[in-house]
Amino acid sequence: MSDYISHDREHDGIDRRGFLKCMAWAGTGVLWTISGGVLASKTLAEVAKAGSSLPKASDLSFLQISDSHIGFNKAANKDVTETFKIALDRINAMPTPPSFLIHTGDISQLSKPEEFDTFDQILKSCRTKDVFYVPGEHDVINDGGKMYRERYLKNVQGKGSGWYSFNKNGVHFVGLVNVLDLQAGGLGQLGDDQLEWLEDDVKGLGADTPIVVFAHIPLWSVYPKWGWGTSDSERALGYLKRFGSVTVLNGHIHQVLQKVEGNVTFHTAMSTAFPQAAPGDAPSPGPLTVPAEKLRSMLGLTSVQYKQGKTALAVVDSTLS
Amino acid sequence: MNTIISKITIAALLSGFSLFAVAGEMNDASTGNAKENKIEIKDFAFNPQNITVKSGEKITWINKDEEPHTVVSVGKQFKKSPGLDTDQTYTIVAGAPGTYSYFCSVHPKMTGTIVVKQ
Repeated sequence: MSDYISHDREHDGIDRRGFLKCMAWAGTGVLWTISGGVLASKTLAEVAKAGSSLPKASDLSFLQISDSHIGFNKAANKDVTETFKIALDRINAMPTPPSFLIHTGDISQLSKPEEFDTFDQILKSCRTKDVFYVPGEHDVINDGGKMYRERYLKNVQGKGSGWYSFNKNGVHFVGLVNVLDLQAGGLGQLGDDQLEWLEDDVKGLGADTPIVVFAHIPLWSVYPKWGWGTSDSERALGYLKRFGSVTVLNGHIHQVLQKVEGNVTFHTAMSTAFPQAAPGDAPSPGPLTVPAEKLRSMLGLTSVQYKQGKTALAVVDSTLS
Repeated sequence: MNTIISKITIAALLSGFSLFAVAGEMNDASTGNAKENKIEIKDFAFNPQNITVKSGEKITWINKDEEPHTVVSVGKQFKKSPGLDTDQTYTIVAGAPGTYSYFCSVHPKMTGTIVVKQ
C-alpha cells in the first residue's frame, strides 16, 4: 500500500484502504471528516516512470514546498540543505515542470540572514523560477517579519504583515500570514485587518472561481494543544463558503494530513527538513528523529493540478525516498 | 543601557507605576552575586512554569529543546529575548514586585509566570 494520499473528487476510483491507512497514521488526535472526497494514491516517481498517470492536459500545475528549516543541524536531520536540494532535483525531474512553486513557510530555522542566503542560493538550481511565499514563525522571530517581507514579499506587494492574492489560469490564489502578533496561550492568528482585506479581496469573484488559500499554520483545528490551528480561521473560511472549490494548503506540522469539509479541502505538506510526530504521539511537537534510512520517506513535497472544467484540484504528495 | 532601565524603573516606581519593573539584563557584571533562578525550556514548556523570585535576583532561561524558543513579556513589561537556539540562555534581573506573564512568541501555547517579591 502506498504511503501517499491525494484526492481528486472528479475521478471514480476510491482508495479506501489508502485512506484508512492514512487515518491510522494520523493517530487518534485528529477528527477526519470526508464529504464526497475521493482519494487516490500516486507518487511523483510513479508519474515520472509511467509518464501518464497525472492528467496530461492539465491547465495548471504548481508545487508546494514547505518547512525547509535551513540552519537546522540536529539529530533529526544533520543536513537540511541536502534534503532541500533533493526536493528541487525532484521538481527538476518532473516531465512537465510546474508553473510555479508555493513555499508555505519556515524557510529558515532562526530567521538568520545567512539561512535565507543559503536557501536563495540553493533555489537557483530549480528550473521553476516563479515562487510565492508565506512566512512561518521561524522566519519572523526577531523582527516581526521585516527581513522576510523585504526578501520574499516585495514582488507581490504584500499588504499589512505580508498577505496578498493573485490569479493564474482562472484560479484565485490567496497567501495569508498567520504567524505574527501571536497572543500568549493562543494559536496561529490572522487578525482583523487581514480578515477584512480577505473579505474584500474575494467579494467580486464568481462562486465558480476555484480558490487556493495558502498559509503556514493549518487553517483548521488539527491539534490545538500543540498550537496546530489558527484561532480566527473560521471567519476566513466564512468568506469562502459560497465558492464551489476551495483548496487550503498549509505546512507547519511536517506531515501530510487532509480534511474535506463541504467544498473545502484542507491539506498539509511534508517538510523537506525533518518530520514531526503525529498529533499527540510525542511529548511535544519538536523534530522527530527517525532511523537515517527512513528519513527521506518522511520528507517531501506536494503537487497540485487544476484542470479547467473540473471542480476540485488534484493534490498529490510525494516523498524524497 | 542598564542605567537607563534602572532609572526608568525608579521613575516608574516613584510615580506609582510598575512599567519596566523587570528590567532586561544581558550583562552579568553589574549584578554581582545576586541569586540566579533557572528556568529550563524543555518539550515546549517552561519549567518551572511559575516561579517566585526576590526583586534584584537574576532569572535565566536555558533552551534544552532542538527547537528555538523566545521569552516575551505579555504587555512588554520586560525586554524580549532573541530567538534562543539549543542550549542558549537569556537572563533578566527581577525588578519591582508584581506578577509578570510571559510566553514564547514562536509557540504561544508556551506560557509562564514570574512573581517578584520584595
